[in-house]
Amino acid sequence: MSDVRPRIRLPRSAKAGDVVEVKTLISHNMETGTRRDGSGNVIPRQIINRFTCEYAGKMVVDMEMHPAISANPYVEFDVKVEESADFVFTWYDDDGSVYSETQAFEVG
Amino acid sequence: MKTITKLWASAAICGAMLTGMAQADPHPDAELIIEGELHLATRAAPPEHLGGVFPEIYSGWLFRTDETRALQMDDFDNPGILFAERGLDRWNAADGAAGQSCADCHGDVESMAGVRAAMPKINENGELWALEHYVNNCRTTRMEADAWGWNSEPMKDMSSLISLQSRGMPVAVQMDGDYAPFWEQGKEMYYTRFGQLEMSCANCHEDNWGRMIRADHLSQGMSNGFPTYRLKNATIVPLHQRFRGCIRDTRGETFREGSPEFTALELYVSSRGLGLPIEGVSVRQ
Repeated sequence: MSDVRPRIRLPRSAKAGDVVEVKTLISHNMETGTRRDGSGNVIPRQIINRFTCEYAGKMVVDMEMHPAISANPYVEFDVKVEESADFVFTWYDDDGSVYSETQAFEVG
Repeated sequence: MKTITKLWASAAICGAMLTGMAQADPHPDAELIIEGELHLATRAAPPEHLGGVFPEIYSGWLFRTDETRALQMDDFDNPGILFAERGLDRWNAADGAAGQSCADCHGDVESMAGVRAAMPKINENGELWALEHYVNNCRTTRMEADAWGWNSEPMKDMSSLISLQSRGMPVAVQMDGDYAPFWEQGKEMYYTRFGQLEMSCANCHEDNWGRMIRADHLSQGMSNGFPTYRLKNATIVPLHQRFRGCIRDTRGETFREGSPEFTALELYVSSRGLGLPIEGVSVRQ
């Protein structure tokens, strides 16, 4: 059962020039690489190491993540919206997986 | 931010009306509104069987900080919802030798509305069972799958999902008839002092609710918010695990999760919250 699932929340609509609140969360264990399992072996690190958000083709957030970030990383930020365009959210996993989510946004 | 602003606004309006509260109760005016739509009552008239020990019964939500309360008002911010979402995947996934999923018998998970509100319930053999017992019974007899551990991740996912279907429905446990002996057993436990510290449930949650026990603000010990996401554990905590934690803190030998003792206690504690709604997956400290 895959545990990794991105979730996005955008306001339903906005006017041109509004600053909108964007909430994102990806369910992920964020295994730090310092814990040990029942038999004393180190559990290998596996975290989301980078998160980006593009809006209308422009990068608005690009963050690096490190092992101290808790499970299910939640990222909230504000974006000034000028036009109807796509939001593209991308999470990069240590194991090479890339999780991407696109949401169209209406500016009326 | 929206929810916090709303919280402050309602605090400002009601603040003027409430003066002279009998006991330390920091948020008597807070209103629990989920997603700006679903209003959950957090105060109610106490059930008669309590014999007037509380002037009013309060959800544990009222005893938490502004930030913790706000988390429960938004399903995006409530980390417990993640468990319920994963529970929905499990609901639809076939498991066990019979190749059955929950959905194969029960259909949509909405069919579980009201189930959590009436737990614990007497089964066909006359035993008192909690929600987790029923889930495991389905798994072992109908699905021919292995039972889940009481505090295991899949069980927490499933109980969160099923509880959420009862969110907003009033606690509906029975106390009479066949239930009476179980209820009496639970009541007996509630007032029995356990452990080296010789403390009963009532010592904290009846005699001293509203006061601080070290850094913790004592609630009335209502169970309508369970299963609850505890920030301290960063996971869902089932009610029986919480019971065990409480008895452990008295330096006592505890009962097992799922034991007849804890199930009887669950019935009695639930009956103390008759009048409050199920909060599905709540968020606590």
